[in-house]
Amino acid sequence: MQMSVSPAKLDNGIGASKEAPPTVLEAIRTFADERRSFWIVVSLLVLFVAWEIAGRIPISFAFPTFLETVSAFGELVADGSMHNAYFLTLQPLVLGVVISAAVGIGLGVAMGLSDKAEWLLAPVFIVLQAAPMAALVPLVTFVYGIGLTAKTLAVIMLALPVIVLNSYKAVRHVNPSLVDMCRSFQGSRMQQIFKIIIPDASPVLFAGLRLGIAAGFIGVMLAELLITPTGIGDLITYHRSVANYAHMYAAVASIIAVSTLTLAGLQYVEAHLLRPEKRRK
Amino acid sequence: MANSALARGDNLKFATGNDAVVQVRDIFKNYGDVEALRGINLEFERGKLTTLLGPSGCGKTTLLKIIAGLVPATSGEIRVNGRAVTGPGPERAFVFQDFALMPWATVLRNVGFGLELKGMPAAERDRTARRYIEQVGLAGFEQKYPHELSGGMRQRVGIARAFAVNADVLLLDEPFSAVDEQNRRKFQEDLLRLVELEKKTFIFVTHSIEEAVYVSDRIVLLSPRPGRVSQIIDPMIDRSASPDDIRRDAGYLDVVEEIWQGLRQYAE
Repeated sequence: MQMSVSPAKLDNGIGASKEAPPTVLEAIRTFADERRSFWIVVSLLVLFVAWEIAGRIPISFAFPTFLETVSAFGELVADGSMHNAYFLTLQPLVLGVVISAAVGIGLGVAMGLSDKAEWLLAPVFIVLQAAPMAALVPLVTFVYGIGLTAKTLAVIMLALPVIVLNSYKAVRHVNPSLVDMCRSFQGSRMQQIFKIIIPDASPVLFAGLRLGIAAGFIGVMLAELLITPTGIGDLITYHRSVANYAHMYAAVASIIAVSTLTLAGLQYVEAHLLRPEKRRK
Repeated sequence: MANSALARGDNLKFATGNDAVVQVRDIFKNYGDVEALRGINLEFERGKLTTLLGPSGCGKTTLLKIIAGLVPATSGEIRVNGRAVTGPGPERAFVFQDFALMPWATVLRNVGFGLELKGMPAAERDRTARRYIEQVGLAGFEQKYPHELSGGMRQRVGIARAFAVNADVLLLDEPFSAVDEQNRRKFQEDLLRLVELEKKTFIFVTHSIEEAVYVSDRIVLLSPRPGRVSQIIDPMIDRSASPDDIRRDAGYLDVVEEIWQGLRQYAE
């Protein structure tokens, strides 16, 4: 993690005197050596340039260039339709993910701790995880109509099984030696669960949460495309129907970006709140 | 000279001494059809270091965990300070072979964890933890995480944690087996210093004959499948000599040889 130019570089003869300010190229090179963000930016640039080129060829009349998409995105933000769409999409998403996380981690941890709970619940969630949920989403409409309930339920149907099963696995893979350690110092069952089992399970617990949230995004998009044309789903459907492909892609790309940023944010929270040792390399 | 250094406990069931802090009575342990321990009767004297020594499969770790209350015996009784015990208790502390440190906690929190579980206030807990961290030679590492330490240093954390709860009996399950040879020797010397300093009872499991003879007041040899007490040896090593002199001492070498002769029949 050294921030200064290394001595090896000075010996290269690029900088004639030590006092000379580093050239732009050198600064970029130093930056590239030390910062991960540089490579993330490069990776995104490559993607966007490829997109731009593919759009200009064009590979399909329905495939806009990157710059057209960006300007369409600007338009959608300016006329407020993007805000309205996210306002509608995020409600069932956040609600569904919060319910799935709370219920899923609760049930999964209970299954990990008790054989009875496992025998009772594991088969249900294994079936639910294996089931092609997209096929079940329209059924929800028959029961709950086309409102917020149906959309939230679609999110939960996709997110809950993966969170439950990962939480269960996380608890089952806790280091038994740490549990023995806690017992040997007369830790109560509650201390064992909250001071040993959950912290030790947290990496897998969070992996399950990340998968669950990703599944929740799929759920909300399915709901908006299959059940109720509202929110981002409506934005996509509408602009496709009027052949406004740049606007359609702007909506698609924005939901991908939101999903990615949410997952990255969760990873950050995990490393900084629950596992402080991960911060140190 | 050689024989005088050996005092054999020729009677495997010896009388109840007044200062037996741990008594093991008729312990049997079966894992399904497998008989792990058969009829173990032992007494562990207060203030002494007793080693359970034997080849793999002799049930020495199982016996230690039964004494710790971590594993239930199939039948038999463990008494600590005269009282029968069925689970872990404050008068016993365990040192784990794989250290069992919480990777998400600093050295300070790991060492103070036994006290934290008992609900001791943070300031007092940290003060006690710091004292034992210093005693095991880890001063300055309080804020490090386990993965930043070497294997030897990690086990020092495990030992400090066991000392910090101020138990009468320390149970050590092959504590140095994951530590390299150089550090192992240093560790054994440090352990002897701590035994001297802390005046506690130590029950130590190892498969190293040299280690057992070097650190023990008494060695209990276990034979495998099923685990039984085959021999009890009091090495009577004069520990006032320097560590290097002890390791060259004829009495020390004779005890090592004696134990090896007893165990070689079980070697594969």
